[in-house]
Amino acid sequence: MIEVSNLVKKYNERTAVSGVSFSVKKGEILGFLGPNGAGKSTTMKILSAFIEASAGTVTVNGFNVASEPRKVKASIGYLPENPPVYTGMEVESYLRFAARIHGVEKTNVKKSVEAAMEKCGISDVRNRLIGNLSKGYRQRVGLAQAIAHNPPVLILDEPTVGLDPRQIIEIRNLIQSLGGEHTVILSTHILPEVQATCSRVVVIDKGKVVAEDTLDGIAARMQSNARLTITTAKDPKNLLPEIQKLDGVVSTSVGKTATEGEFVVYVECQKGSDIRSMISEKIVHANLSLLGLFQEKLSLEDAFVRLITVDENLDFKREDTQHV
Amino acid sequence: MFKNISLIAGRDLRSYFYTPIAYIVIAMFLILIGWMFSQLLSFYAQQVSQYAALSFGEKPKLVDSVIRPLFGNVNVILLFVAPFITMRLLAEEKKDHTIELLKTAPVRPIEIVLGKFLAGFILLLIMIAITFVYPAILYFISRPDWGVVLACYIGIACVSAVYISVGLFWSSRTENQIVAAVLTFGTLLFFWLIGWASHRAGPVWSDVLNHLSIIGHYSNFAQGLLDTTDFVFYFSFVGFALFLTNLSVRGE
Repeated sequence: MIEVSNLVKKYNERTAVSGVSFSVKKGEILGFLGPNGAGKSTTMKILSAFIEASAGTVTVNGFNVASEPRKVKASIGYLPENPPVYTGMEVESYLRFAARIHGVEKTNVKKSVEAAMEKCGISDVRNRLIGNLSKGYRQRVGLAQAIAHNPPVLILDEPTVGLDPRQIIEIRNLIQSLGGEHTVILSTHILPEVQATCSRVVVIDKGKVVAEDTLDGIAARMQSNARLTITTAKDPKNLLPEIQKLDGVVSTSVGKTATEGEFVVYVECQKGSDIRSMISEKIVHANLSLLGLFQEKLSLEDAFVRLITVDENLDFKREDTQHV
Repeated sequence: MFKNISLIAGRDLRSYFYTPIAYIVIAMFLILIGWMFSQLLSFYAQQVSQYAALSFGEKPKLVDSVIRPLFGNVNVILLFVAPFITMRLLAEEKKDHTIELLKTAPVRPIEIVLGKFLAGFILLLIMIAITFVYPAILYFISRPDWGVVLACYIGIACVSAVYISVGLFWSSRTENQIVAAVLTFGTLLFFWLIGWASHRAGPVWSDVLNHLSIIGHYSNFAQGLLDTTDFVFYFSFVGFALFLTNLSVRGE
């Protein structure tokens, strides 16, 4: 239903998306998972033909986004990051406009809008000005706008942002119920959201796909990995390439420590490969004064964090301060 | 094609009345025009009574003393009013992200541009139509020259189309409504006064500059003349501005 291959988007010098490829099958709910600034929204905007890609091809519902944008637009319902609502309009008249502009015939508008309001639970605010609604309700109006014309493909950019926990559950249930009949791709930076709604997940970081698998697949693959935490008294930077070369090592990264005169290195290794003795030998041999060596299993949450921080300093602050 | 244009035009036209802007702009416009009309009329009455007392010179004409100056003033006031009408058309859509709704719907950019243009143009036409009460009042006093009145209205409609198209272009270039309004006013004033430069320009350039003047082409209408040249000028001016707006909407 959606085919993305080698998608690249550059804003002047900055590359937002570099070589992203994935596909979504009919009726599937795909989670597009990544931290803020990973290129999620940019990809969503290209899929919905709002902006043009710098390179690569995207087909949605069999139509090429670059050469047949209007056919693509007719096949999708799109909920952008900020719900595209006219604050001066009433909910119902806004949804009627949105449905009509998406090609719903005049005779069917009432029925379509009614159904969309029902699904999103906004029938009771139909006569209210959108500008007077809370963020959660606006989000739901935005979602109703995306499904009002009953499109085969739904592109939802962070659909549960700004909702309270009860609304989040409602919207997730709604999205789940849309699968099967609709093909859904939803972006999020919240892992539990993917766990709750999606059948498959594409993990993206810094404009690149770092994993594409079913939820169970990613959990299984990552949970089987083990992480070694090594503490030394001298800077082990020079030893890292050597550790990387060891059998079974997936990645290494330098950590931070609060204690002065201590250095921390994280080594991620594959299941079943116990390299503790080899590493300790190497460290002792290099005269780095080994202070500690600790092995732990990764949870799915860790797996996600690891996926997007591969070969980088494990500095969580960086992720927190980055905004789209 | 027409369905989408009329959908967008209808929504935008209605949205003028969701906010106080349209009411305030229309009210200010009518107050000013009404005041000017009463001033012109009382001056005309003075001229007529002087003529009757002295029986000297030419009898003052309603067309010269009231109609032409009144419609000339309408043009000037619209020059100030139009930027406030056009500034929100696309700038607000971008600021509120609602442009994403239009641009991800199966709608051509030109349909968005034409819909927006029509919304602003129709609002100005409504305002202009209300001013018809003044020629109608004159009908009870004297016999105004309906040909000139009609030509003036056609001319004002053409000038208004230029105002809206320039305003729409600037509104497409920024998401700040004030910036859009200021740039619109500046551009319109420039093309209004561009004829001034013709006095010092060479013979060819003088013609070119005069030809580019928005108000220069209006003078024929004020004389009651409908000239193809003037229509071609206004149509091509509007067409070019909308073409640029379309590029701007597509390019984002």
